[in-house]
Amino acid sequence: MLKTRIIPTLLFKGFGLVKGKGFDSWRRVGTALQSIRVYNLREVDELIFLDIAATPEKKTPDFRQIDELADNCFMPMTVGGGVTTIDDIRDLLAVGADKVAINTSALEIPELVRDGAREFGSQCIVVSIDVRKAANGKREVTSHCGKCATGRDPVEWAREVEALGAGEILLTSVERDGTMIGYDVDLLRDVSAAVNVPVIASGGCGNYGHMAEVLSSTRVSALAAASIFHFTAQTPREAKCYLAERGFQVRL
Amino acid sequence: MTPGLTVVVDYGLCNLDSMVRALEECGATEVECSRDPQVVRRAARVVLPGVGSFAVAMRNLKETGLLDAIREVSATGVVPFLGACLGMQLMATVGTEGVAYGTIEGLGLVEGEVIRLAPQSNDERIPHIGWNDVQARPGSTLFNDIPGAGDFYFVHSYHLRLANMSDETGRSSYCGGFTAAIQLQGRPIFGVQFHPEKSQKNGFRLLKNFLSV
Repeated sequence: MLKTRIIPTLLFKGFGLVKGKGFDSWRRVGTALQSIRVYNLREVDELIFLDIAATPEKKTPDFRQIDELADNCFMPMTVGGGVTTIDDIRDLLAVGADKVAINTSALEIPELVRDGAREFGSQCIVVSIDVRKAANGKREVTSHCGKCATGRDPVEWAREVEALGAGEILLTSVERDGTMIGYDVDLLRDVSAAVNVPVIASGGCGNYGHMAEVLSSTRVSALAAASIFHFTAQTPREAKCYLAERGFQVRL
Repeated sequence: MTPGLTVVVDYGLCNLDSMVRALEECGATEVECSRDPQVVRRAARVVLPGVGSFAVAMRNLKETGLLDAIREVSATGVVPFLGACLGMQLMATVGTEGVAYGTIEGLGLVEGEVIRLAPQSNDERIPHIGWNDVQARPGSTLFNDIPGAGDFYFVHSYHLRLANMSDETGRSSYCGGFTAAIQLQGRPIFGVQFHPEKSQKNGFRLLKNFLSV
């Protein structure tokens, strides 16, 4: 059986890792290399590393940094932030990323998703979708680290990127991010039902019960979480024990 | 482990550092990434890793002359060879990924074709991404000392359909079942559909087994 992955998300900004609330009020939470070494020891299923300052500051990915991190990372790693060209994707894969996440660029230049999938295979192209509620109460996709509203519907956008060749969707609720009040189950249910590629749930996880809640009522394939691992004593390993006791398939 | 130069073939598409690091962690003393056919020819063992599309990979292997070098060393029957993920798929006679119609020639080390995974239910998503267990054939060299039905990390949309099932040494049940590991009978030629370099304990055990061939 394919196991549900529990994926710590590492957000990088400037010099170190941060974690915020609602894509804002960032707090420092240590260095990237340190975290990766800890997660190696804990044998986590997978890691997501996002440079959240790259796109807003119009920077390319820091390939040298990713190279160093990947050399020390003995688990699969998805890398995102500042990816705007095919060469960026090629270079990230070459330095050791297993998958490359594209967010703002997918909205601005959708051909990048198509060409990336053609050149490197769909399996390494992850489209990251950040969603928040618009003034009219409808959900909409945002870009530039949650700063710019696009007016796009997340379900339609997810279908579109799947058609372009995205192999996985990282779906984050901006409002829930860092709140630890639970995932946006409705959003995750709707998007995971609309596409046939794996969907990674992200934003809002505060305890193991939140994870079980998403798995029982949506079709997501993986659960990403950050605050719960940065700010509480809860661990990916314990999360999986909790889920296994409740009959979910995880790797122990 | 057996001494000698381990060459990780670089055909311009993939993730070499993690494979090199993993081989070193597993005890390989001399590891070199190379796109030079001459280096491949003098390797004590060859690893063909892989991320990317079949058609692009074959084009690169041809253009660099690596194609002939790989065929030569694997034909010797004494140089151990390990294809991982796309690297295993490339070992096939033909592939279908990245071409509008028809097929494209592979390395031809093993008889079979590479085709897309076909989901058997709504819950089987493509690409097949994540940790899944592999049923190993008892006594198979690569899976020596790995607990039964061990988990390995997969990330792929295509799989190798063998002409002779006797070449199969590991199987996954996803999408109605597919070949997750192969060994050519009586020869040190191996392939795995998963990423041993990212599969932690089980993956490292498997690489150690390969290095000991």
